[in-house]
Amino acid sequence: MKHLLSAGELTREEAITILDTATQLAAATTQGVGKLPPLRGRTIVNLFYEDSTRTRISFEAAAKRLSADVINFSAKGSSVSKGESLKDTALTLEAMGADAVIIRHNASGAPHRLAHSGWISGGVVNAGDGTHEHPTQALLDAYTLRQHLKDNSGDLKGAKVAIVGDVLHSRVARSNVLLLTTLGAEVRLVAPPTLLPIGVETWGAQVSYNIDESIADVDAVMMLRVQRERMSAAFFPTAHEYSYRYGLNVARMNTMQDHAIVMHPGPMNRGMEISADVADSSRSVIVEQVANGVSVRMAVLYLLLGGTEGV
Amino acid sequence: MTHVVEPENRPSRVVLDADDMSRALTRLAHEVVERTHGASHLTLMGIPTRGADLAVRLAAKIESIQGTPVPVGALDVTMYRDDLRLRPARALLPTVVPPEGIEGRLVVLVDDVLYSGRTIRSALDALSELGRPQAVQLAVLVDRGHRELPIRADYVGKNLPTSKTEQVKVQVIERDGIDQVTIEQSS
Amino acid sequence: MSTYVIAGGSLLGQDVADILIADGVIAAIGNDLSADVRVDASGCVVLPGLVDLHTHLREPGREDAETVLSGSRAAAKGGFTAVHAMANTNPVADTAGVVEQVWRLGQQAGLVDVRPVGAVTVSLEGVALAELGAMADSAAGVRVFSDDGKCVWDAALMRRALEYVKAFDGVIAQHAQEPRLTEGAQMNEGIVSGKLGLAGWPAVAEEAIIARDVLLAQHVGSRLHICHLSTAGSVDIIRWAKARGINVTAEVTPHHLFFTDDVVTSYDPIYKVNPPLRTAADVEAVRAGLADGTIDVVATDHAPHPSEDKDCEWTAAAFGMTGLESALSVVNATMVKTGLMSWSDVADRMSIAPAAIARVHDQGQPLAVGMPANIVVFNPDIDTQVVPAQSVSASRNTPYGGLTLPGRVMATFFRGRATVLDGELV
Repeated sequence: MKHLLSAGELTREEAITILDTATQLAAATTQGVGKLPPLRGRTIVNLFYEDSTRTRISFEAAAKRLSADVINFSAKGSSVSKGESLKDTALTLEAMGADAVIIRHNASGAPHRLAHSGWISGGVVNAGDGTHEHPTQALLDAYTLRQHLKDNSGDLKGAKVAIVGDVLHSRVARSNVLLLTTLGAEVRLVAPPTLLPIGVETWGAQVSYNIDESIADVDAVMMLRVQRERMSAAFFPTAHEYSYRYGLNVARMNTMQDHAIVMHPGPMNRGMEISADVADSSRSVIVEQVANGVSVRMAVLYLLLGGTEGV
Repeated sequence: MTHVVEPENRPSRVVLDADDMSRALTRLAHEVVERTHGASHLTLMGIPTRGADLAVRLAAKIESIQGTPVPVGALDVTMYRDDLRLRPARALLPTVVPPEGIEGRLVVLVDDVLYSGRTIRSALDALSELGRPQAVQLAVLVDRGHRELPIRADYVGKNLPTSKTEQVKVQVIERDGIDQVTIEQSS
Repeated sequence: MSTYVIAGGSLLGQDVADILIADGVIAAIGNDLSADVRVDASGCVVLPGLVDLHTHLREPGREDAETVLSGSRAAAKGGFTAVHAMANTNPVADTAGVVEQVWRLGQQAGLVDVRPVGAVTVSLEGVALAELGAMADSAAGVRVFSDDGKCVWDAALMRRALEYVKAFDGVIAQHAQEPRLTEGAQMNEGIVSGKLGLAGWPAVAEEAIIARDVLLAQHVGSRLHICHLSTAGSVDIIRWAKARGINVTAEVTPHHLFFTDDVVTSYDPIYKVNPPLRTAADVEAVRAGLADGTIDVVATDHAPHPSEDKDCEWTAAAFGMTGLESALSVVNATMVKTGLMSWSDVADRMSIAPAAIARVHDQGQPLAVGMPANIVVFNPDIDTQVVPAQSVSASRNTPYGGLTLPGRVMATFFRGRATVLDGELV
């Protein structure tokens, strides 16, 4: 594995290896191990063109816990905001000796360009590109599901997951559909027709416009963030109507199976796609997802950089 | 110690059969009890995969001799190896610390084959991340010589002089269906 | 001027004969003719010089991407003897002054007939008609008007433009793209765009405008030309319109004959173009439409861009591909080698029909004695690897880089003067 650009490029075996590695690394944390040595001497750059404190800190923590050196490069206030191109930024990072670049960008496909253009020689990890993918989010979601449903081992065969919200604009949805189906889970997408992309019926997931018919039999409900601004482009008439028809409130949550969990990639719009009571309920594993993010990102970085150069 | 899958037509000879292995482990168990004076603060940490399997067996034998159970765990050394950058990143194996921990205890590392000593060096680093044992000793089923670091075993099941062109393969019944140690010529 | 004989070529892919060129015209057609310079055309097809209805020469304003001179060189290399230079320059070609400037630059370059296209609306803003009559009466003699790059979206304005140009036998060439359906669009809307997370450009945004405009043309009794048609639905609408006697013509680009939107999976902006690459079904439909004449013309929509506008992430990249140098090879690969068209059909779609639509009287003429010697000699069987660094155009954004295309332009003659010999610019 040289790059991690898309959840879709992982085979079932590779995905399970990442999850198993994350399990071992999480255990090391519980055992009180401080830093682990395998990335000593490696330089990892966080190249974040979009503001995202949570994901950036998660990657930074992961890299540092593996003893890598971390350089944070955020778009605000840097040469990027003065109009420097991705190419020139990449060439600078290469000159600085980056072994890997973790990139978050608002343009779908930017990590692909970085990986395949010949500007850098190191590995590229996609930390979220436009509306395309967010592979480490899908991995930590799968890790969380596996912990709750499969006792932390194997795949997700037989698990049923409903993903509810703005699928059209969601990179989390795309990565999750790809990874969950690779791991054998059954995925159901729930959204108003305006928020489902043309061609979604080819994704290998069920599609429904009705949340009440879609969550009673699943093992997990994953709520996606829905931006109020989508109202102005007529994706839905009002925030109120969206929340009424598609929001996860306590009444809906109580129709779920006893063991079923509620997930959200964050940041949440409390009151929009998810009510505050649901977010804070005992079914909600939202906080665990964040913790699992560090272990999973450690696993990805270890597998990419812990061995031969440019595997 | 890594073991290479032996191709079908390589000549190999058995140097320890199942009975030999069992006697060796029994002898090791007696030696450990004797030299640690039936220590109450003993913990065995096996190095995965087969070192961990042998550690479990050794702990059972020690318990049958001294009457009290011995805490046993596993210590994965993958991330502490000094040859990480020579091959693609390797899958991690489980590290299991028994509830009694290792702090202030006498830890006996258990491995199947002692060769260059680098695995044990990695194990000492891994162990130091988990705490500070009172002392660390080493028990191995087979010592095949050719040390590259100043490491020695405290308890040896069998000394096996080998040449560097040979490969020592340990198989355990719980994993390989048979208990035996073989030597074969590598390419 | 030297005299030339093009020896042993297959005229329009049919009879083999020699052509004698002297004093700017075809002086004789026969066998064993001789002249000052002999051009060996054995194994080649001989066609009337190609006429491109849709080229972007970028001058004035973006000379870093292309100039009238460098664009003329690229055109000659590709076998063209006339190109229509689109108006989306800076300043926009919306006055007699600018079109005359472009025309004069073309004359100075002297390699192809550069025929400026006039903008339909002032500054391409789609609000007020440009001085179409003044441009028609100017030395540039504009007959084709287009806001290409943008759509004339206002139905009332499009109606007036269609009506107005009847006075001087002009034609409006519409870039069909409903703006409200394509805001922020990056690629064809379909299965691929859904997976790649790129905003979609739906086929209906093209088809809805074409449907509206053919009906407008019918209502006011005008000619209409549709630029770079790209979808199966658009082909169907043109076919329907022609069956009802509506005076509409349509063009397709070589890249829309060649690529599907699957190539965008690489996120390489070399494939970013407007209208976007479409599905396999669309490619099949436009090929069939070109073969049966529903689509009248192949036009390159040659759109040069400097490297910084393509060497970046997809959403930041400019739309457009170069195409003058590769056009004939691509048509060879997609239409002739596949048996869909003959060379005589190619001569019609790439020379005779475009010249007729643009009312260019000394181009697109038969290979006959007395005709102006605008001729291209093409060897259809030499495989040529496309190397972007070797582009004659000032820009390198060809989508065929690294691919091998069948065929090579061996010679081009512009009014009896050789602009290309032995496959290279003279």
